[in-house]
Amino acid sequence: MDAFSPWTALLGGALIGLASAILWIGNGRIAGISGIFGQLLGQVRIDWWRVAFLAAMVVGAFGAARLMPGLGVGGPGAPAPQLIGNPLWLAVAGLLTGLGTRIGNGCTSGHGVCGLARLSLRSAVAVAVFFAVAMLTVAVTGVV
Amino acid sequence: MPNYKSLPYLGIAAVSGLLFGAGLYISQMVDPLKVLRFLDVTAIPAGGWDPSLAFVIAPAIAVMFIAVRLSGGMARPVFNGKFHLPDFTHIDAPLLIGSALFGIGWGMSGICPGPAIALLAFVPQNLIVFLVAMFAGSLAGTLLMKQRTKTPAIA
Repeated sequence: MDAFSPWTALLGGALIGLASAILWIGNGRIAGISGIFGQLLGQVRIDWWRVAFLAAMVVGAFGAARLMPGLGVGGPGAPAPQLIGNPLWLAVAGLLTGLGTRIGNGCTSGHGVCGLARLSLRSAVAVAVFFAVAMLTVAVTGVV
Repeated sequence: MPNYKSLPYLGIAAVSGLLFGAGLYISQMVDPLKVLRFLDVTAIPAGGWDPSLAFVIAPAIAVMFIAVRLSGGMARPVFNGKFHLPDFTHIDAPLLIGSALFGIGWGMSGICPGPAIALLAFVPQNLIVFLVAMFAGSLAGTLLMKQRTKTPAIA
């Protein structure tokens, strides 16, 4: 399951692109996940579309695992995906992920998929930075 | 004025989320180890590198690119009054610092915000720790940026 999987990668990626396209053409919203929940937290008025999107995303992952159990982790009979690292390590990683995506105004989906598709230079810079730093972090910490 | 509680508007969000979640599972991007195997470029010389993530993001960008082109010919989205573009366009310190901090978190865990939420479908051990920390970090970031816009620019 950790081997190179080009076909499921291409299919899954196309679905993520289609999801982003539908949200943009239909609602004029960027499918950037950190922004979708980031602008939900601590707000008095709830944007229900954000709740609908995030809840459906969990259902989508669950449903796909039921329908296509053979693809890898999480399906019936397959092991649940494992988080790497102890709770303290994961807490620090989570904190940096939440803080960084909020300050940098986007993550892999917002800057990576939507920003690059819009040919945004700002997003291209963000993507270059977080990919480079993530690769460096893996190389230094040797978590894999 | 658009009605943000209209059924089609919420329906589009739900359909989009559903496909997004399915895409994250099918591409196996919900598996932190799979993502880390991409980020681990030190494995390239030995031949153990997994380039899958690049094969996920490329078609996603291509499909979205077509949608962006299509929307260029539209006065407004189907169920909203306008296309909501990000407020910021220039490359500034918060963009660089924020992206770098996210890069560290992503490299430590192999989890970016989309999979973090989608993983709720499989409730792996310690997911809640990561999610609570991520939400706390996000909230802190929002407050920090609000503070920043309140204070007059120094430069």
